[in-house]
Amino acid sequence: MHRSLRQLRPLVSSSKSRLCSVSAVRHNHQDAQTTASTSAGHANPAANVNSGEQGSRVTHFGFKTVPEEQKENLVRNVFESVASSYDVMNDAMSLGVHRLWKDDFVARLKPGARGPMRCIDVAGGTGDIALRILDFAREKYADRETSVDVVDINAEMLKEGYKRFKKTMYHNTPQVAFKQANAQAMPESEFPSNTYDLYTIAFGIRNCTSIPDVLKEAYRVLKPGGTFACLEFSRVNNPLLSTLYDQYSFSIIPLLGTILAGDRESYQYLVESIRKFPPQPEFAKMIADAGFTTGAMHEGKGGAWTDLWGGIASIHTGVKI
Amino acid sequence: MSLTSASLRATQHASRRLGALAPVSHALSPPHRGQKRSLNTQPAYEGHVPLNWFEAGFLTVGSALMALANPRRGDMVAALGDLTSGPVLPRLRDAMLESAEGRQILKDRPRVNSHTVDMDKLALLPEGTFGNAYVTWLERCGVTPDTREPVHYVDDPELAYVMQRYRECHDFYHCICGLPVNVESELALKFFEFANLGLPMAGFAAAFGHLRLTHAKRERLFREFVPWAIKCGSSAQSLITVYWEKRWEQNVDEMKKEFGIWDPPEPRWSRPLSEAKAAAAKRQKAAEARLQEASS
Repeated sequence: MHRSLRQLRPLVSSSKSRLCSVSAVRHNHQDAQTTASTSAGHANPAANVNSGEQGSRVTHFGFKTVPEEQKENLVRNVFESVASSYDVMNDAMSLGVHRLWKDDFVARLKPGARGPMRCIDVAGGTGDIALRILDFAREKYADRETSVDVVDINAEMLKEGYKRFKKTMYHNTPQVAFKQANAQAMPESEFPSNTYDLYTIAFGIRNCTSIPDVLKEAYRVLKPGGTFACLEFSRVNNPLLSTLYDQYSFSIIPLLGTILAGDRESYQYLVESIRKFPPQPEFAKMIADAGFTTGAMHEGKGGAWTDLWGGIASIHTGVKI
Repeated sequence: MSLTSASLRATQHASRRLGALAPVSHALSPPHRGQKRSLNTQPAYEGHVPLNWFEAGFLTVGSALMALANPRRGDMVAALGDLTSGPVLPRLRDAMLESAEGRQILKDRPRVNSHTVDMDKLALLPEGTFGNAYVTWLERCGVTPDTREPVHYVDDPELAYVMQRYRECHDFYHCICGLPVNVESELALKFFEFANLGLPMAGFAAAFGHLRLTHAKRERLFREFVPWAIKCGSSAQSLITVYWEKRWEQNVDEMKKEFGIWDPPEPRWSRPLSEAKAAAAKRQKAAEARLQEASS
């Protein structure tokens, strides 16, 4: 009765073995991790690149420390494993709330309000944001010229997005295009500079190895006057909410991954990667450093970021002047 | 000390205390807590995932629902088995400690998979031996002793091994009882295992597995196989104490008499026995030829 298991889980076991191979590295850096980030706020989370003992550049993969070159592979394996159940898992883990966040995100951007826009949605694999942008422009402004380029480093995720778009009216129209590329190094031939009016990245930037590189590329491909918008899990400042959120993240989410997707490791990585992401003020500063003009360094109206649900998610925006 | 700072301190204290309950399995506790991990959240063996009581409850319910909804999720069946085996595993371990053979198993901790079981050597054994019967049974059913889902949710390493041993010996029980791998025979074997070993998971599978059978098959199961399973299983020696790997050359009928097992009613085999025998004979010839090549 249990025999078919092996055939059903080739992807999971390969990702698992790759994750296990860096566990030795993790144990060596265990103390370094805890001492480097003790009090409220990390010592220097923006510098996710430090020199390891061997002198090679290392970065974080969840709570593990891995060589920089490996992170991309590890992240790719995670998303290959989760691709087919990604949307189901998102609904299960956030109890559907991620839909509210994404709706809020797109509504704030008002795509199509000032005429047709060329948008690029990066790390947008399964097409959640792209679809919302096109629907918003169509429903609110009768805009059928706005287009979205969906970009993702992972072909499996793009495939899921393509499949989802096939069920909509945008399939086979110039309004949507799917491109595979690395957000940190998008080839100029496919993504010329000063092309897009809107650059969005939702729940993707924390998986990138080098955030400053992603921001640089975003700055490059945006037109002057174009908007950068990032929706990402962020720091919860309220201690009570933070405790509940941590309990939920570290207890329930890996278990949901085990039960629904048969993959605990990937979801453990996902919740750990949220904790390693820079808090709102730091990230806002990184955006400003990349050349964007942002709001003032506070939350809310006129600020560089807006917290959703107490900071569980946060929207950072910037404009290229 | 003002009221606000006192209440803030209380919240922080509460969050630290709650945080201490946080199970962290393979991960560190969130670094910004600055707390040390308590010993019992470290994995005790490879593949161990420590869970606190809440998570264990959550996973028990979740894996039960998932296993019912999708019985092909072997990992969910295994997880449910791990989580419900609590009180019974120490009893099984003690049964093993009481017999010399069982003690040897606990010392050696043998594993059963395609690497540790030399199929070619077993194929060479004469007919009537356990080793030959096992290889014939594998051929006949078309299965291999591949690795079953490892144990994750049992906290004590020795008990985790006992659970792992039970899972890996499942095929040996099939062989000694002479049951194939179709659903009704698997259920009959689950009844047998429940009567013999007492593991709750075997009981659940027995209690709920038959709901998916056709009426005729279920009727046959309860009329013929279940009485055999319960009588034979409860009177036989506890099979977890048997060191199968040391008994390859032993005569099967002798073994059955020793354990107190008698044959079940004739089950439904999907491939006729002669085909499997021919395949086994072919394999034996190939193994012999390989040996001759190696020696010459």
